[in-house]
Amino acid sequence: MPSLGADMEAGTLVEWKVHAGDAVTHGDIVAEVETEKGLIEIEIFESGVVERLLVQEGEKVPVGSVLALIRGTGVAVSAPEPEALPEPTAVPPASVGVPPPAPEASPTTRRPVSPLARRRAAEFGVDLATVTGSGEAGAVTVADVERTTGPGSAPIPPPARTPAPTADQTAAMRHAIGAAMAKSKREIPHYYLATAIDMSGALAWLEAENLARPVTDRLLSSVLLLRAVALAVRDVPEMNGYWIDGAFQPGKAVHIGVAISLRTGGLIAPAIHDVDRMSIDDLSRHLLDLVKRARAGVLRSSEISDATITVTNLGEQGVETVFGVIYPPQVALVGFGAITEQPRAVHGMIGVRPMLAATLAADHRASDGHRGGRFLAAIDRLLQTPEAL
Amino acid sequence: MTREELRALVLRALAGVAPEVDLAAIDPSASLRDQYDLDSVDFLNFIVQLHADTGVDIPERDYPKLATLDDCVAYLSRTLAGRG
Repeated sequence: MPSLGADMEAGTLVEWKVHAGDAVTHGDIVAEVETEKGLIEIEIFESGVVERLLVQEGEKVPVGSVLALIRGTGVAVSAPEPEALPEPTAVPPASVGVPPPAPEASPTTRRPVSPLARRRAAEFGVDLATVTGSGEAGAVTVADVERTTGPGSAPIPPPARTPAPTADQTAAMRHAIGAAMAKSKREIPHYYLATAIDMSGALAWLEAENLARPVTDRLLSSVLLLRAVALAVRDVPEMNGYWIDGAFQPGKAVHIGVAISLRTGGLIAPAIHDVDRMSIDDLSRHLLDLVKRARAGVLRSSEISDATITVTNLGEQGVETVFGVIYPPQVALVGFGAITEQPRAVHGMIGVRPMLAATLAADHRASDGHRGGRFLAAIDRLLQTPEAL
Repeated sequence: MTREELRALVLRALAGVAPEVDLAAIDPSASLRDQYDLDSVDFLNFIVQLHADTGVDIPERDYPKLATLDDCVAYLSRTLAGRG
C-alpha cells in the first residue's frame, strides 16, 4: 500500500485491475485504492508477471503492506513508492486491517465518511447515522457499512447521473486537508517573500501565439508560470524536495503539485511530473488533462504522492497576493495572484503594466530568505523571455 | 445540426469539465463560468470539446460570445451555417 500523502495511515483496496498471471509494465494501473482524497488509481513501478494478489478487494491495510507479488523482478512489490517516503515493509498478517487508535474522535463532532463507504451505503440504502465508524477519527469505512448490510442484501440501482459528493465526503476531505495543514503549521517554520512581476512581455507573447494556434494547442498563462517555477528550481534547488527525519532531501526530479480547488468543496494538489524537462505544449496538455481528471475524481497514485514543490494560483478569484501553507514533507509553495494593471515606473517613466504578485512560502529549515529571494527573482527573469520557456 | 442537437452537445461538453453539476437546473441565459465556477482550464477544456464535436475553431477573442448556454448554441449554429 503506497503512501498517498504524509498523513495517510491505511487504504482500502477497492478493485484489482489485474489478475494473477497478467503481465504488467512500469506505469500500468493495477488497482484502485480508496483514501480520504477519494479513489486513486495505483500505478505499478515494476515490470513482470503478477504472481499473486495478497490483499482482497474491500480489505483495508496499513501503508507499507505488500499488495501483490510480481514475478520477474524477484522482489515483493507494494506498488509505487515516492522517492522520499519511508520504504515499504511487509506487515505481519496479525496487524493487517487493525485500525489505529483514534484519540481525536469525539462523539459530538461529525464523523468523516470515506467516499467509497458513502457510495456503498447509498448502493445498499444504509443510513450512515446508524453505522459505527472504525477508521481514523471515527471515520466510517466500507467495512463498517458492509457489516450493517446482512447477507443477501442487494444494491439498489444507481441513479442515472453521477451524484455530487455528499457533505460527508466533503467532510472526509476537509479532515485530510486539516491534518496536513495542521502538521505543516505545527512543524514547518515558514518564511514568506513576495515580488511583483511585470507580465506585459509574457501576455503579449501568449496573445500572438494563441492567435496562430488551433484551439487544441492554445496556451494559458498558468502554463508559463508552471514552466518558470520548474526552471527556477535549477537555480535554487533547495526549494524542490522534502524535509524528512531532520534533513533536506533534494528532489530527484521536478514534480509540481498543482493546487486545484474542487467546486464540491476541498482542495487537491496532484503533481505534473518532470515539468523542467517538458515542452510547453506537453505541459499544457498535461495540465488540461490533470484538471479534468481531478474534477472527475480519477487521479493516479504517483500524481497524488510525489509532488516535490507546489504551485497555487488564486488569481482567477481576484486574489492579489497568496500567503501559502507548505504541503509537508515539501519545503516550498509558490503562490500566484491575479494579473492586474498597475502604474509602474520603468526606465524613469511611469506606465500602466499588467502586474502579477508572486509569493513564496518556504521552509526555514531547508533555506533562508536570501535563497528564496533568488528563486523568486529567477521566476521573474524567466517570465521576461516567454519564448524560451 | 439542429439547435436541439447543439444544445445537447454543449451540455455534454459542460458535463465533461464539471461532472458534479446538475445540468437539468441550468439557467440558459446565465454565465456558465459564474454559474458553475469554471476556471480558465475548465473553460479551455470546454472549448476544446466543442471544437472536437463540431469542428469549429473558436478563436480566443470569441470566448465572450460563448458566455451562456444560449450564447454557445447561437454561436455554433451561426458558425456552422456560415460554413455550410
